[in-house]
Amino acid sequence: MRIRTAGVVAAFALALVAAGCGGAEPAKTTDPKDLKAELTWWDTSDPKNEGPAFQELIAKFNQTYPNVKINYQSVPFGEAQNKFKTAAAAKSGAPDILRAEVAWVPEFASLGYLYSLDGSDLLADESAYVATPLSSNKFNGKTYGVPQVTDSLALLYNKKIFTDAGITSAPKTWADVKTAAATIKAKTGKDGLFINAGGYFLLPFIYGEGGDLVDPASKKIVVNSSADVDGIKIAQDLVNSGAAVKPPANDSYGTMMTLFKEQKVAMIINGPWEVNNIKTAPTFGGLDNLGVAAVPAGSKKAGAPVGGHNYVIWSGVPQEKTAAAIAFVKFMNSATSQAFIADKLGLLPTRKSAYDIASVKSNAIVSAFKPVVDAAVARPWIPEGGQFFGPLDAMATEVLVQGKDPKASLDAVANKYKTEVVPSYSAS
Amino acid sequence: MRRFFSKHWYAWAMVAPVVVVLAVLILYPLGRGIYLSFTNTTEANQLSEICTKSITGTQSCEPNPDAAHFVGLDNYLHVLGGQVGEFWPWLAITLIWTVACVVFHYGLGLGLAVLLHRPMRLRNVYRVLLILPWAVPSFVSAFAWRFMFNEQFGLFNGVLKGLGLSPVAWFDNQWTALLTAVVTNVWLGVPFMMVSLLGGLQTIPSELYEAATIDGATPWQRFTNVTLPGLRPVSMTVVLLGTIWTFNMFSVIYLVTGGQPAGQTEILVTGAYRAAFEGIRNYALSATYGVLILSILLVFSVFYRRLLRRQGEVW
Repeated sequence: MRIRTAGVVAAFALALVAAGCGGAEPAKTTDPKDLKAELTWWDTSDPKNEGPAFQELIAKFNQTYPNVKINYQSVPFGEAQNKFKTAAAAKSGAPDILRAEVAWVPEFASLGYLYSLDGSDLLADESAYVATPLSSNKFNGKTYGVPQVTDSLALLYNKKIFTDAGITSAPKTWADVKTAAATIKAKTGKDGLFINAGGYFLLPFIYGEGGDLVDPASKKIVVNSSADVDGIKIAQDLVNSGAAVKPPANDSYGTMMTLFKEQKVAMIINGPWEVNNIKTAPTFGGLDNLGVAAVPAGSKKAGAPVGGHNYVIWSGVPQEKTAAAIAFVKFMNSATSQAFIADKLGLLPTRKSAYDIASVKSNAIVSAFKPVVDAAVARPWIPEGGQFFGPLDAMATEVLVQGKDPKASLDAVANKYKTEVVPSYSAS
Repeated sequence: MRRFFSKHWYAWAMVAPVVVVLAVLILYPLGRGIYLSFTNTTEANQLSEICTKSITGTQSCEPNPDAAHFVGLDNYLHVLGGQVGEFWPWLAITLIWTVACVVFHYGLGLGLAVLLHRPMRLRNVYRVLLILPWAVPSFVSAFAWRFMFNEQFGLFNGVLKGLGLSPVAWFDNQWTALLTAVVTNVWLGVPFMMVSLLGGLQTIPSELYEAATIDGATPWQRFTNVTLPGLRPVSMTVVLLGTIWTFNMFSVIYLVTGGQPAGQTEILVTGAYRAAFEGIRNYALSATYGVLILSILLVFSVFYRRLLRRQGEVW
């Protein structure tokens, strides 16, 4: 009797161990209705312009997975990075899934806050994603997220002002922009261009001359190289000559969008995330009035930084909930979902197959942005990547608003990079 | 010694909970902050082990190659030597900011208190209205003032344009940006000064004023020889409080100018915040700033107290 009981207990224990080992992998044969969990998703998209579309997608998700409750939280973009890091470090209060900007993913991954997704269902179709957006998820040989939308900077212009001034096609170089702005001022009295006083928005000028911020391959800081200085000089010249409006030091971005929507400035450099905002502006005249072109080229090329957002999963999500999290991200990022978002918001899908769907192909804004994104310049996906823009923003204010010497300002930026951001890199 | 304790044990027992709470809330973070300033802890190297979890259930942990360690006085040398951060420019701006604000706080507060000290109609209404800025949450006021100073759409430039003058780009220049912050902070802080000084005025016996009038003193002489000396205890306290609060006034600078233009209106506390919470958080650097700010204010308080004692105040 005792031996038999011992045998039963041993068999039971063995079965438990076997079940424990096997339970780690997401079961492939689970009926969607059986999947039960409560997940929190922090969405960083604009709550007025973009949020409602994502919430519609969640409703669609719940039609297939009725027992997975999604707790949708709209977190302001400016605060989400800090909030996530605080919550993840405290190991409580962090969301299960986060819509992370591309520059945040290497930083979070380096701190151990994200699950690596290699070997899971989410990366089974890795090759179906466009390469550059997917590359922003990779850190140290592992992949930590899947790309949701990608974007870049383009030249957005007001078609009506162009027609009134007799301009037939968007300017292709910065010199063309200067002449176009002069024509616009003379014929319509409106301002030509508004350059936002932010480091990110000056990258097209830097890339246009063949420059960059850092060279991670050779670990060099190149932000104050002669190419970069030439690029910033072009931007400063546009402001000084009156072709571009002198941006205010505070709220430059808000002023840019207000002036553009009220048709007081003809051209701005911005991305597809503002398309819905422009579409719903009562004073703009709808999307028919919006023209999208590639950023003007410098002497070397036309280059704009690649941006976008990725879905990432917090590493503190308990193992039992990961199956539901994977199912959620898989649904939200399917080709049909991406086409839905493209249709509603004009944001660019990251799946190659999404671009073959009829509704995406006929979407004027998406087709206008696609070549822009294809030509976008990849940024260095290092954990310190997001920290480049603080000193760069200060440089933008000094150069565009206060008219300081670009070389001196860029040297100060390079110095800040060396002392505080990437001390292991060598200065140029 | 034992008799001292046993005689007043009840006092110690009643004080004990407060001491414990204060120790936990203030002494422990202070001690830990001072310790952190002697290391090179950042968010990235605070863990001795970095663990990467895979969603398929595995986990790989490896020791952190550059884990945080003790660096002695390196942080202080780098900060004070100007190699890391911008301590000296920030200190200069903080001093200018503090002096300007306290001077206007005290001057306007005193003027308003003297005005309200006389009996007049609707005096209570004025007093309530003048307390309102203090009652409104400071960040609400900060945003309102920031928008009023907006170059394109703000009230002040609208008024200037209406009068035919050219609008001022308030936030483009370091000094006009600092001016906007000073104006906002003065608006926020005058009520406190006014209320305190009004209370102080009411303690000055009116016989002194009568005696001064009989002696033939002019109103200005009455003010300088009766009012100001009578207010000295209150004045010294509110000036000390105002100085320390303004020195550490984070919300006004952060919300009104945001350190613009190009970080030229940053004060020490906002600069420390940026080091602590922007980008990869540098706990050691911000702890260093914290200790330096505390030291500056401690030295100031010690000298201030000596100054008061020399003037005969028992404080």
